[in-house]
Amino acid sequence: MNAAINLRRIGLPRLIVHFSVLVICILWLIPTIGILVTSLRDPGQIASSGWWTAFSGAAETSAARLGDPSTARQDGPNYVISGSVFDSEDAGAKGSVRAFGTKVAAPTEFAAGEAADIGDGETLTVNEDGGYVYSKNAPFDDKRGKRVYLSVAQPASFTLDNYRTVLTSQGIGQAFVNSLTVAIPATIIPILISAFAAYALSWMHFPGRAIIIAVVVGLIVVPLQMSLIPLLKMYNEIGAFFGIASRSYVGIWLAHAAFGMPLAIYLLRNYIAGLPKEVIESARVDGASDFEIFVRIVLPLSFPALASFSIFQFLWTWNDLLVAMVFLGTGKDQLVLTGALNALLGSMGGKWEILTASAFITIIVPIIVFFALQRYLVRGLLAGSVKGG
Amino acid sequence: MASQIVSAFGAVIAGVFGCALYYWLSDKLLQLVLPVRSGDVQRISANLKTHAAIRPWLFLGPALLLMIVYLVYPVIATFILSFYDRSGGNFVGLANYKWAATDGQFRQSIFNNILWLAVVPAACTFFGLVIAVLTDRIWWGNIAKSLIFMPMAISFVGASVIWKFIYEYRGADGTQIGLLNAIVQYCGGDPQVWIAMPIWNNFFLMVILIWIQTGFAMVILSAALRGIPEETIEAAVIDGANGWQIFWKIMVPQIWGTIAVVWTTITILVLKVFDIVLTMTNGQWNTMVLANLMFDWMFRGGGDSGRSAVIALIIMAAVTPIMIWNIRQASEDRGGH
Repeated sequence: MNAAINLRRIGLPRLIVHFSVLVICILWLIPTIGILVTSLRDPGQIASSGWWTAFSGAAETSAARLGDPSTARQDGPNYVISGSVFDSEDAGAKGSVRAFGTKVAAPTEFAAGEAADIGDGETLTVNEDGGYVYSKNAPFDDKRGKRVYLSVAQPASFTLDNYRTVLTSQGIGQAFVNSLTVAIPATIIPILISAFAAYALSWMHFPGRAIIIAVVVGLIVVPLQMSLIPLLKMYNEIGAFFGIASRSYVGIWLAHAAFGMPLAIYLLRNYIAGLPKEVIESARVDGASDFEIFVRIVLPLSFPALASFSIFQFLWTWNDLLVAMVFLGTGKDQLVLTGALNALLGSMGGKWEILTASAFITIIVPIIVFFALQRYLVRGLLAGSVKGG
Repeated sequence: MASQIVSAFGAVIAGVFGCALYYWLSDKLLQLVLPVRSGDVQRISANLKTHAAIRPWLFLGPALLLMIVYLVYPVIATFILSFYDRSGGNFVGLANYKWAATDGQFRQSIFNNILWLAVVPAACTFFGLVIAVLTDRIWWGNIAKSLIFMPMAISFVGASVIWKFIYEYRGADGTQIGLLNAIVQYCGGDPQVWIAMPIWNNFFLMVILIWIQTGFAMVILSAALRGIPEETIEAAVIDGANGWQIFWKIMVPQIWGTIAVVWTTITILVLKVFDIVLTMTNGQWNTMVLANLMFDWMFRGGGDSGRSAVIALIIMAAVTPIMIWNIRQASEDRGGH
């Protein structure tokens, strides 16, 4: 804290510091806000305008056909067709016209209300409300009504339809349940196993303890890639031998539990070894066995460390893609959120209403966990910043 | 769907209960076979000794079993498989290593991995340090830290979707809905297909990991900065050092160890980077990295476990120095009683 006060004496005026931190925060948040806003927009608007214009409304390009030349009336030397662009049969979305043009490549050639000279002695005016006056200094000789292109301003429109779509018809709802099915047991099962091991490694004496601790520390950084091939072979053989599916939830629970085990033991051992010696010694003197000491004293006291590890493990299993791709199938009943999102990126590329809504559903659970339990996460990071994913 | 939730919770309960039951039962069994509550003193003392010798292994058993099956054995098996052919049945000597030495895609991956290693840890540590220093000086620093830390919770796949949307490209004449191209267009430039520009696309992918990991570096470095004894800074102030000098000559040297930890942690993460490349480009446009190439060979044409194992071993070899350093550090300050 005092160091923080001292830091104030350093360099730059405070205002610049406030400003730079604000800029950094905005930079860091914009990507996430982008998909949140997009996931709530109307699909048509997503495709036609950037998400940052969402609140000011979007401009949509549409086409319309003016009235048939037979409806022209003579007005002095000119022939005039008038009406509303929104009355034509194939008119696009209604709204207020911002601009119009006569070529598909240039729908914003003329501003609304402007009397545009479009050649051949023709002039065209399209007003904001869609009303138009199309006149020519000679009789119209076209067979059909003229085609015009419009840039129509749409009022900002937000909807939850995208979420409804992905949850029901894109399988994200099912994938969400699958992710929970993977993450919850894979988080809880290793806790007890690693806690017992951590206790043994900190308060019990036996030959080989130092070596086991060294091996555990070494295993923390072993890349997952080293395990995949033999385990895939092993799972396939077990599956073939017992005539069961080689890719199952039990398989991935055990895999996640094992991959998280070294870090769990390391984190918990650091904590449990730091518990006051007197407490444990006096319990021993009272005749409590190690089992009793662990269950009655160590486990309750270790809650903060257990919480830190659980958050790590939950975030890691929920966000994992690689382990799920190898140990779980790609069927509907086994595809987890990250896998489903990856598949959608392939099949729905460019359909941002689907992708952003799915992505947001994928990231919302870890973000809630993050903000609710940030304290424990930071503590865990400070205690064991060696694993790195 | 409902049955699946039930089975998941069933697994949680069965798993926790099964574990608890194992520890409880094994303890009871020990008491039963070698009683310590009654009998003559000599017998009790002998039994107590046997308890003390057996119990650690009962406690460690399940954890050791899991780690041996899922980590120790596979590491050895992968090493052996690297000398066998694609099916793992025939010994081929160093053929897989020779293949790796001459394969263009493998070289590309090594090159890209080195690029990632050169940029990402440095960038994360640098930004993390700068942000830690800045946020320590303002009253809303903790809120700012939370927001910058937040991407840590987002999956790599989710982050890839987020950034793919930023890099989105819509023809040169169309309305750009990707933020980056919109900015480029606004500034008068031509929109680009960012993730398909060789060499540079690597950097666009790295931005994603930097975005995620800077918060991690910031949190750790911020804690280290707060641990600096204030006397050292006060002394420097009295000696007339300016802010820049205090930062570089007083503060940075004192947190050097923490910087090394942050750097190596991110280095390990970078070596294993997989999800981002898979979802953004799947290795196209010269963005392949080792982890993706390894995964690719695991399944390509029915899978080639030999080549795949060689690639995994390269990643392992890169991690090994850090591993040895960690083990040394850990055995130096080995607490316990």
